[in-house]
Amino acid sequence: MQFIQQLINGLTIGAFYSLVALGYTMVYGVLKLINFAHGDLFMWGAYLGLTGLNVLLALLPQAGAWAILPVVIIVMITVALAGVLVERVAYRPLRTAGRLAPVISALGVAFILESLARNVYGASWKTYPTGITPTGRIALGGSARVSVMQIVVLVVSFLIMGALYLFVQRTRTGTAMRAVSLNHDISRLMGIDVDRIIASVFVIGPGLGGVAGMIVALYYGSFDFTLGWTFGLKAFIAAIMGGIGNIPGAMLGGMLLGIIETLGAGYISPQWKDVIAYVILIIILIFRPTGLLGERVAEKL
Amino acid sequence: MEKLLMRLRQMNPLWWQIGLIALAILLPLPLGNYYRSVLWRTGLYVMLGLSLNIVVGYAGLFQLGHAAFYALGAYTAALLNLYLDVPLLLTLPASIIVAALCGYLITRPILHLRGDYLCIVTIAFGEVVRLVLVNNLFGITGGANGLSGIDRPVLFGLDWRQPIYHYYLMLVFLGVTIFIVQRLEHSRLGRAWMYVREDEVAAEAMGVDTTRVKLLAFVLGSGWAGLAGALYAGKITVISPDMSKFMESVIMFCIVVLGGAGSIPGVLVGTLGMITLPELFRPLKDWRDAWLGFAMVTMMILRPEGLWPSRRVQLEMHGVQEESLPTPTKED
Repeated sequence: MQFIQQLINGLTIGAFYSLVALGYTMVYGVLKLINFAHGDLFMWGAYLGLTGLNVLLALLPQAGAWAILPVVIIVMITVALAGVLVERVAYRPLRTAGRLAPVISALGVAFILESLARNVYGASWKTYPTGITPTGRIALGGSARVSVMQIVVLVVSFLIMGALYLFVQRTRTGTAMRAVSLNHDISRLMGIDVDRIIASVFVIGPGLGGVAGMIVALYYGSFDFTLGWTFGLKAFIAAIMGGIGNIPGAMLGGMLLGIIETLGAGYISPQWKDVIAYVILIIILIFRPTGLLGERVAEKL
Repeated sequence: MEKLLMRLRQMNPLWWQIGLIALAILLPLPLGNYYRSVLWRTGLYVMLGLSLNIVVGYAGLFQLGHAAFYALGAYTAALLNLYLDVPLLLTLPASIIVAALCGYLITRPILHLRGDYLCIVTIAFGEVVRLVLVNNLFGITGGANGLSGIDRPVLFGLDWRQPIYHYYLMLVFLGVTIFIVQRLEHSRLGRAWMYVREDEVAAEAMGVDTTRVKLLAFVLGSGWAGLAGALYAGKITVISPDMSKFMESVIMFCIVVLGGAGSIPGVLVGTLGMITLPELFRPLKDWRDAWLGFAMVTMMILRPEGLWPSRRVQLEMHGVQEESLPTPTKED
C-alpha cells in the first residue's frame, strides 16, 4: 500500500514537472535554445499569484476558493507577456549568432528575474493564504489516501496537457509550430510567419509555466526565490529525459522523474533522492542518447 | 571601444604581454589586503576559465558542470592534508590526477551525446558531486559544512597568512597554465579540437579520432580545474560542497563565453567582467545579480562573439574583415 501512496505523490509532483517541462521543450523545439529563464518565469507565476490572491482576498474576503480562478488567468496573461518580451529583447537579436551567445543571454535573463524577485519580495519564505484550497482526503483502501488537492492538480494538469497536445497536432498554428521546429527557412517559404509562431510559443510556454508556478505554490503552501532554479532544473531534466523538443516526451519525462524521485525518497533515502534521479537520467541517456521519445536525428551529412 | 581593441590587436603581441606581466606583478604592491585577495580571486577564476576554455572554447563541448572538478580537486587536497598530513603543495599533483581521472570516468560513457544532451548530463554530474559531498559519503567529507583547518602552503618560510604570497603563487601557476594552453592551442591536438568544434562529421572524415580528442579536452580541463581547487583550499583553508553548485559552473561558463570562446585574453577579460567588477561593486549588494544579468544580455546582443574573440571565431561570425592580417611571422 505504501507503494500506491508513493505512486500517487510521485504522479502529483510529476504533473508539476511536466507542466514546466513543456515550456522548455516547446521553446527548444522552435529555437533549439535551452531557455534558462523559464524556471524563473515559472517562479514569477508563484509570486504574482501570491500578490493577486492577497489583493483579491483583501477586496472580496468572501470569494474564498473562487478567488483562484481570476488570479490564475491574470497570472497566465502576465507571465506570457513577460515571456514574449524576453524573446523579443534577449533572444530574437541572437537568432543567427551561433549556439553559445543565446545561452548566455538566457542565463542573464534568469539572473535578472531572480534578482528582481528577491528584491521585490524579499529572500524569506512566502506563504499562500490558507483556507482557499480543498483539504479533504479520500481513502483508497488500505492506508493509501489521495487528497482532494492532488486530484485537482492531476485533473487540471492532464486537461492542460491534453488541450496542448490537441492544439499542436490539430490546429493551423500548431502545425506551423511543428513546421518551424523542423526548419525555419523552409517554413518561411511555405508562407509561415516564423517570428509570429515563435512569439506564440513564448505565449504558451511561459503562460503554462506561470499557471504551474501558482499551482505548485498552492499545493505546497510556501516557497522562496530559489524555486525557479531548483524546480526549473528538475523540469528541464524531465524534458531531456523524455527527449527535448518532443511534447509527449516532456509529459512522460515529468511523470517519470516525479515517480522516480518519490520512490527513491521513500524506499532508499530522502537525502539521496536527487542523486537517484540524476543517475537514472544519465543511465537513460547512455542507452537512449536522445531521450525516451526523442527521435534519432541524423547528423548532417 | 571597437577601435581601441583593434589597435591593441595590431600591436606587437610581445609588448602587451610584457606590459601585462609587469602590471600583474606590480599591481598588488600598493593595495591593501582586501584588494590583494580580490586580485587572487581574479587569478583563480582566470585559471578556472582557462581550464574550461579547453572544453568549451576549443573543443566546443557544452560543459555546465565544471565546478564539480574544482570541488573534487579541493577535497582531494584537503583530505590528503587533514588525514595523511601531506603538505599542501605536495597534494597539488594528486588533486590534478584525481580531478582528471574523474573527468575521464564521468565523460567516457556520455561522449556520444549531442550538444544540449551533453550539457544537461554535465549539470547532473555537477549536482551529483555536490550532493554526494553534502550527504557525507564514507563519512569523511564533513557534510554540508565541508572541511576546515586545512594547512596553508609552506614554502620559503614566508608568512602564508598574507594574501599577497598566495597571489604570487597563483601568478606562477597562471604563467605555467597560459604557456601550456597557448602551446596546446597551436598543437596538432589543438587544431583537432577546433576541427571538432567547427564540424565534427568532417573532422571524423579527415581521420581525427573525435572520441579521443573530446575525451582529452575533458580530461585536461578537469585536471586543471582540480589544481585551481587545491590552490583555493590552500588559501581559504575552509571548503564546502557549495564549490560544486550550479551557479559556480554557470559563472565559469559565462567567463569563457563573455570573453570570447577559445581566446586566452578573452578569458582574462571575461573574468574581469564576471568576478572582479562585481566584487568591486559590492555596495550594489542585492541588485548586483540583476546588473550582471543585464550586462550579460546586452553584451551578447552587441558582441555575440565575445569581448576579445579569437580571430578564428571572429572570422567565422563576420566573414573576412577589412582588418589586415598580421604578418605571418608573428603567428606561431
